[in-house]
Amino acid sequence: MAATKKPKLAVWKFASCDGCQLSLLDCEDELLAVAGAVHIANFPEASRAVVRGPYDLSLVEGSITTSHDAERIHRIRRMSRRLVVIGACATAGGIQALRNFADVDRFKQIVYPHPEYIECLAKSTPIADHVFVDFELRGCPINKYQLIEVVSAVLNDRKPNIPRYSVCMECKRRGNVCVMVASGIPCLGPVTQAGCGALCPSYNRGCFACFGPAATTNPHALTGCFEQQGMTGDAIVRTFRSFNATAEPFRKQSEAYEQ
Amino acid sequence: MNSRSIKVDYLARVEGEGGLYVRIKGDEVAEVRFNIFEPPRFFEAFLRGRHFLEAPDITARICGICPVAYQMSSSHAMEQACGITVGGALRDLRRLIYCGEWIESHALHIYMLHAPDFLGYEDAIGLAKDYPDIVQRGLRLKKTGNDLMGLLGGREIHPINPRVGGFYRVPTEKELTAFVEPLEWALEAALETVRWTAGFSFPRLERDYECVSLRHDSEYPLCEGRVVSNKGVDIPVEDFLKVFEEEHVPHSTSLHAFVKDRGDYLAGPIARYNNNFDRLPEVARKAAVAAGLDEVCRNPFKSIVVRAVETVFACAEALRLIHTYSKPDRPFEECTPRNAIGSGCTEAPRGLLYHRYHIDDQGLIKTARIIPPTSQNQKAIEADLRLFVQQNLHLTKDKLTWQCEQVVRNYDPCISCSCHFLNLQIDRD
Ligand code: SF4
Repeated sequence: MAATKKPKLAVWKFASCDGCQLSLLDCEDELLAVAGAVHIANFPEASRAVVRGPYDLSLVEGSITTSHDAERIHRIRRMSRRLVVIGACATAGGIQALRNFADVDRFKQIVYPHPEYIECLAKSTPIADHVFVDFELRGCPINKYQLIEVVSAVLNDRKPNIPRYSVCMECKRRGNVCVMVASGIPCLGPVTQAGCGALCPSYNRGCFACFGPAATTNPHALTGCFEQQGMTGDAIVRTFRSFNATAEPFRKQSEAYEQ
Repeated sequence: MNSRSIKVDYLARVEGEGGLYVRIKGDEVAEVRFNIFEPPRFFEAFLRGRHFLEAPDITARICGICPVAYQMSSSHAMEQACGITVGGALRDLRRLIYCGEWIESHALHIYMLHAPDFLGYEDAIGLAKDYPDIVQRGLRLKKTGNDLMGLLGGREIHPINPRVGGFYRVPTEKELTAFVEPLEWALEAALETVRWTAGFSFPRLERDYECVSLRHDSEYPLCEGRVVSNKGVDIPVEDFLKVFEEEHVPHSTSLHAFVKDRGDYLAGPIARYNNNFDRLPEVARKAAVAAGLDEVCRNPFKSIVVRAVETVFACAEALRLIHTYSKPDRPFEECTPRNAIGSGCTEAPRGLLYHRYHIDDQGLIKTARIIPPTSQNQKAIEADLRLFVQQNLHLTKDKLTWQCEQVVRNYDPCISCSCHFLNLQIDRD
């Protein structure tokens, strides 16, 4: 295929830690092959070369937290044939969405000597609240193999093969002993989407929901178990309020426990 | 009036968002300014009311490039608040995972982000077309660091295994011994990297920096030591805020740190190296000398060589730690919270990272303060730029712009961190 015919890929960043786009550079074994198959047209973290749009695929990391960014995402959408959002920031507002449960002006005062220099929105929101999104890849951070699967699927116009079942399935497949049943460690695995490979339970700790809610979840039943184990309401609120705090099932559950 | 400006709206090959603005009036640099437009994420605010054991997992999300640094600084701070210290094999494992992060982060910066500047390429992919073997070596080196973080941390970005007090699960001797061979290769590759980068041509720029880093009795610093400088600072970590201060300037969502009554200072590889040359293992010292580095380096462009020397250190140290490892009886030390203040300072790949927390006896965080390396280096970067532009006014706009970007990239600035950074604009007629 002629070099000019390669699909054009762009990577965009909004409020985030850069971890999800770093996943792409972390594909050490695949990176040069990826670079051979697509034309990396805009990826400021890796290159100073910028090729103008339109782009065949835009990968978007981060959440919308400023009015400038709320406009920028529309420009990016217009330049992109497909738009895939990557990571909890882009799919659920990220850890910075904890401001959504608080007063952002108070937050500005806590962090900055001159809060008046800081311009930002009251809420941190996912990309899909602003523009049409072709696919949401979850995780904080995303799984790099899932990223490669999504990029190749989307560029070939097929549906990405990303399971939406819970971490429990991966845990069973790894042959782990259930940390909740065997050791009484609170674990969000039953309500959290797979993708990490049941990492935490394999390291003797409870899942803390980096990948957000699984397709069908019952957080209510799970919190019942947590209460039986002696977890307090405050702790339950905190448990559901981390990287995916505004994802619907998690938000509802934390609000139910907040007085 | 003869006035011109240089403007880079979106600085590439740095981690995060920022731009740079330089205004030149006649033959004088009138103004140098960073625009950090990384939106604020308010970590220090929402950490209030969180449980102290959550701090390593939450603060890791400040930066995907150096999560281990955030986990280590926050853990040390919490341990100080609880009045415990972590020693022996657990302490060694912390150094080991930190070595993994240094190898990964330094290799990423040297090969993917910084070397293309010296060789005139837009990016590492262009570089890879002409020098595939070199880029492959860089990627493999980076991967060795990542794999080490993968084993000890569970994954390389936002590891899940480190915790306050130690780890959730500690590796067996056998799991670590599997890393001896890849690390022996990595050590050779790091030595090759020192020789390769030493051959670049470095633009001229020298400043008499105040170099701030940790210094430890016997080790090259990672997690512990006193905070020292070549201009007289020598304090325990707890006293950090007595000596260093932060100011908020209108063009930035990041705060700028400085030494009280003195001004800008340098943190990161050059500062560490200058303050701790005698603490480097022999293999790293020899490599530095053979590469033509003095015991004190004042040219920020040579940070790439220093980073390579530090990569040699990290590989050698990782090997040493693996050879002496024996699995501890318990994966972590128990921490009971009490109403107290704790501070922690560790050496992130790009420089000192300070955390301070006040927790209550329930273990809830009352206040949090985090000073990342890029905030500490921001003033030094502006001062470097001012001097560099002043000395190079004869360059064409394109060349000057590219080299100004390079001045910033010398610092491997991590803008996501500091925002709590880049866009180059040079104005002149
Ligand atoms: S989702 Fe997590 S890893 Fe990804 S950019 Fe946001 S904070 Fe970083």
